[in-house]
Amino acid sequence: MKVEIVSADHQNKPDVGSQIANQWYDVDKVDAIVDLPTSSVALAVNEITRKKGKALLVSGAATSDLTGKACSPNTIHWTYDTWMLANGTGNAIVKTGGDSWFFLTADYAFGHALERDTEAVVQKNGGKVLGKVRHPLNTQDFSSFLLQAQASKAKIVGLANAGGDTTNAIKQAAEFGIVRRGQNLAGLLVFISDVHSLGLQTAQGLIFTETFYWDMNDQTRAFAKRFAPANRGIQPTMVHAGVYSAVLHYLKAIESSKTDDGSKVIAEMKRLPTDDPLFGKGSIRADGRKIHPAYLVEVKKPAESKGPWDYHKIRATIPAEEAFRPMDQGGCPMVK
Amino acid sequence: MEIFGIPIQALFGQLLIGLINGSFYALLSLGLAVIFGLLNIINFTHGAQYMLGAFCSYLLLNKLGVGYWWSLLIAPIIVGASGMLIERLMLARLYKLDHLYGLLLTFGLALIIQGLFRNEFGSSGLPYRVPAELTGGQNLGFMFLPNYRGWVVVTSLVVCLVTWYVIERTKLGAYLRAATENPQLVQAFGINVPRMITLTYGFGVALAAFAGVMAAPIYQVNPLMGADLIIVVFAVVVIGGMGSIMGAIVTGFGLGIIEGLTKVFYPEASNTVIFIIMAIVLLVKPAGLFGTQK
Repeated sequence: MKVEIVSADHQNKPDVGSQIANQWYDVDKVDAIVDLPTSSVALAVNEITRKKGKALLVSGAATSDLTGKACSPNTIHWTYDTWMLANGTGNAIVKTGGDSWFFLTADYAFGHALERDTEAVVQKNGGKVLGKVRHPLNTQDFSSFLLQAQASKAKIVGLANAGGDTTNAIKQAAEFGIVRRGQNLAGLLVFISDVHSLGLQTAQGLIFTETFYWDMNDQTRAFAKRFAPANRGIQPTMVHAGVYSAVLHYLKAIESSKTDDGSKVIAEMKRLPTDDPLFGKGSIRADGRKIHPAYLVEVKKPAESKGPWDYHKIRATIPAEEAFRPMDQGGCPMVK
Repeated sequence: MEIFGIPIQALFGQLLIGLINGSFYALLSLGLAVIFGLLNIINFTHGAQYMLGAFCSYLLLNKLGVGYWWSLLIAPIIVGASGMLIERLMLARLYKLDHLYGLLLTFGLALIIQGLFRNEFGSSGLPYRVPAELTGGQNLGFMFLPNYRGWVVVTSLVVCLVTWYVIERTKLGAYLRAATENPQLVQAFGINVPRMITLTYGFGVALAAFAGVMAAPIYQVNPLMGADLIIVVFAVVVIGGMGSIMGAIVTGFGLGIIEGLTKVFYPEASNTVIFIIMAIVLLVKPAGLFGTQK
């Protein structure tokens, strides 16, 4: 099978992303779009893909709406979502006594979804949300927001943001002595690349949920060994792994269905059980949600780390059936 | 006691934090104002040069084992020297043309520099530790002030005031200002004007790099760290009055405080408030708060 790959930068802007998707589908005859970080962009491209009957395999974007009210017969949400993050991390923290929360939320689709899903988990477990503040995407300075979090006296400061926003918030929380003065941070979406950029000294003890860790078993380590040299020595995050796994399954589905028609291939992907070296055996639900176990991890102390990128220890495994939102609760019109 | 529903203690904390952020605005807009005031160049590479300062200190530490304190001196010199090279090789050819050409050149350079660094280092940011001497903090009662932030405010105030003094109150500054007004005449007095201009540009760039080194331990060392900031800093310069040294300093600190307060009262607007102020100032006083109409 001859596969051609194109790529582009949507600059976190839904309008730019939509324009690229339209151009790819209409002019360049692209069959499938993969990864798509940034929820707002993913939601926009989700609609375009549905209209044009193509295929969308989402790994990087997080909003659980992609398999909820925005679910589509042309989209599969592969790696993780906001419900799964909230459920994994939120549950674990509330159950160990973190029952009052203050949210630092990125002010766009993803942050809102993550905050909403986490708030639901906190309240379901008897916890309280004492306050929240919405900060613009790509905020350099969190000190003002952290001071507000401190004043709220909440036990847990929940970071409903991602990437540079999360690392900046964690770094500055350390500086302002948030943790030393008795509050704890909950990073709701943290990637291993964030831990790397923070350094273990700052990130140690942070608890979060992910669906892939490179140092889990021989197969993941073998993948990491091939991945790192091609990517400036960095180890794969769950998003990278998800892209690999999703594309592999997509190609299998094309092979078995003998077509590259988007709607048909997605249907075939849902029919075939998934199996790959990175996520093991799994399946795709009717609402487009890929199902696999999730892992509650804790960042190691510097002394516990045996080498570069030896960052996480797995505290708990959340089985595939419990890790993601039950299909009947998402409000996806396709499964009613 | 409360003001507009905010406890007064929290308000003090936010004012102080605004002052800290204002320090960076002041340092960066000062560099821009010096370059614009004396060279008439709108230096859009300023954000990239700020980023270069941070990266320089990161590389000095990780490749050569040079710590924060030496970086504070060495990084501005290296980046400043690279700036002088740019001035000599490229900018010097554009002085006779419209401002727009200098703007386009420096903007293009910024994109190239940021692209190269993103390619090499990725966009997720690199860690840089607060120097051991400045870890910890002071409990001020109304807030916990990290020592490093205190250091940032004091240092940038000193640097800003010294720069203002040199340009506005010394003989060297007088030469510089004279050379902007009438380069031929100053040249006739035996002063090497092109060299002075090169050095001035180098100094402005060094200020950006200095701010970059100061920022490294607080923010991520990230190829795009200057790209977002530079737009805000331009707004600061415009509000203060293009080319006004004191204007840049005062508005830098002032807008930091206003932005800090916005983060309390209406956080969603915190990254637009400066532009709203800019629009208002431009309508009411087009030359800026401290600028003079030419």
